[in-house]
Amino acid sequence: MPVPSARLSTLSLAAGLGLAILAPISAHADAAAERRAILDALAEEARAADPAFSGFSAAAGETLFRTAWAGGDERTPSCTACHTEDPTAMGRNAKTGRPIEPVAVSVNPDRFTDPDEVAKQFRRDCKAVLGRACTAQEKGDYITFMAEQ
Amino acid sequence: MTRHAVSLALALSALVTAGPALADDDWIPPVTDALTMAECGDCHMAFQPGFLPARSWEAMMDGLADHFGDDATIAADKADHIRAYLTANAGDRIRAGMAREYMRWVRADGVPLRITENPAFLDEHDFRPSVWERPEVVTKSNCPACHTAAERGYYEDD
Repeated sequence: MPVPSARLSTLSLAAGLGLAILAPISAHADAAAERRAILDALAEEARAADPAFSGFSAAAGETLFRTAWAGGDERTPSCTACHTEDPTAMGRNAKTGRPIEPVAVSVNPDRFTDPDEVAKQFRRDCKAVLGRACTAQEKGDYITFMAEQ
Repeated sequence: MTRHAVSLALALSALVTAGPALADDDWIPPVTDALTMAECGDCHMAFQPGFLPARSWEAMMDGLADHFGDDATIAADKADHIRAYLTANAGDRIRAGMAREYMRWVRADGVPLRITENPAFLDEHDFRPSVWERPEVVTKSNCPACHTAAERGYYEDD
């Protein structure tokens, strides 16, 4: 039976609207999957370093974020020196004054989705704040905390 | 050629010559390379390559492991691309806008790394300490704190 053309255009309009509504959701789903993949790789690394590894902890990530470390650059004793105490707020690079987009995933869904970016940022920032490289456990804890913020 | 056409041509040529001449002391060709903009602009404003000679950019890219105290290393293919862009558009290569003024102060064998130490910069930034101490400034290299169009190459007086 031929479908009336009016019905067809209504159908395609509905389909179009459905796509428009679904698109942002699927972009978020992609971002979440990319973040999950990064966490999975870190978990594997953490397990290799410590067979007793029992998963990542948002609470430990928050402690990492708020702790004033010693050994890094004196201008950046803690993550909060640039990112502020509130991960959902805009930050400012304490050395250059450059504004920094919020780290919290809720306000910045693209955070922790590009493995190269994540590796680069941890390499730079852990050296500047902790004065050493972060462990896979610490990186995973941090991302887990920020994913809930 | 009609009289109108002649006067239009004259007016246009006046515009063309007056434009860059007027802007020369507060404009420099902006960064047009997306990767340079993204990577250099990650931690600070991506400074226009015209502020330093090519040999300075070579030294800068050679020293990313200790970039003013920070580890700014990036993947080798990205670094190569950025090095090529910065050196091709360096002040001693383009000689346009403010690059001319900044290059005047660089010795033939000089390899400056800090744009903020060029006398051309210092002459324009002879402020009392309270200006530098404004919370949004943080450091002298934070151009956009005062020059809101700095990233587009415009350094109009604030």
